[in-house]
Amino acid sequence: MSACKEDDPRIDGIQSRIRVVPNFPKPGIMFQDITTLLLDPKAFKDTIDLFVERYKSKNITIVAGIEARGFIFGPPIALAIGAKFVPLRKPKKLPGKVFREEYDLEYGSDCLEMHVGAVESGECALVVDDLIATGGTLCAAMNLLERAGAEVVECACVIEIPDLKGRDRLKGKPLFVLVESQ
Amino acid sequence: MFAAENGLKGDPRLKGISDSITVVPHFPKPGIMFQDITTLLSNPKAFKDTIDIFVDRYRDMDISVVAGIEARGFMFAPTIALAIGAKFIPLRKPGKLPGEVISEAYELEYGKDRLEMHVGAVQRGDRALVIDDLVATGGTLSAATRLLERVGAEVVECACVIGLPEVKGRCRLGGRPLYMLVEPRQ
Repeated sequence: MSACKEDDPRIDGIQSRIRVVPNFPKPGIMFQDITTLLLDPKAFKDTIDLFVERYKSKNITIVAGIEARGFIFGPPIALAIGAKFVPLRKPKKLPGKVFREEYDLEYGSDCLEMHVGAVESGECALVVDDLIATGGTLCAAMNLLERAGAEVVECACVIEIPDLKGRDRLKGKPLFVLVESQ
Repeated sequence: MFAAENGLKGDPRLKGISDSITVVPHFPKPGIMFQDITTLLSNPKAFKDTIDIFVDRYRDMDISVVAGIEARGFMFAPTIALAIGAKFIPLRKPGKLPGEVISEAYELEYGKDRLEMHVGAVQRGDRALVIDDLVATGGTLSAATRLLERVGAEVVECACVIGLPEVKGRCRLGGRPLYMLVEPRQ
């Protein structure tokens, strides 16, 4: 489900601050650039507020953010709702013992890691990233949390690319997004 | 300069912050005692205290830009920016930012790397902070400072959670003030 434009007056401001950069990182991709949103303090605050309002009473103890743009949105949400922030990182960045989850890309595969011990069994977790495309990375993130015994309550992204149907790859878990890609 | 030397001597939050950091020996290579801030991030009180100390320091300094260095600077800088009403600017590894960028090289122990910033993100006259989790040699922070100064911003201060011995006793880096909360854990 998305927060509908009609539902909240803050959505228009957020949508208008997202910049589309054609043919990045390769020809044919219309890149949804959130850095222009981050340059508008009101729109950035509204973005965080919309997530915090949704999650603050849901007993979420873990906010997991996906490297690197999930690190921009995840921590402010975690701090506001009193949850732990857990970074999910590319390989070899986290020191010590990690869980490792491989996932498919269009060509080849990639890998996401989470610290062993970051999450305790039974905790309720939110996964945060700036955007959902195919859902492959979010699915890997969910797998990491579930392998550690957490329950993933929801995945939360600023932007969804609906045509890529990423929300169907979330193993039945709900997805909350603020805007759709332009 | 360290927070304890600059108004926060004896502040119990500093001990809590220091205690929440984990030392991982021999990562990423033998001899390095890695200062792992992920245990700070998963301690809501310590994480909040860290942000509060920075926000209290900077809220009345008319800061218009908070620049965070990829990737661990991203975990601290945006919340500080939001609290003081400033723009957040990510400074990134090459090839990550779409559109027009400027870049600045800096030295690693072996070889070089580059840091990039979006053209147009920062204006002449912007007053900027640079945030990272840790400062060692200061190479990355200095590159960040140069990027901001090239477009006419004033770098008011560089701020890190942890300051390694290479910068102990120093109050400035690349000509700009340097502020750190804690020393590394042993």
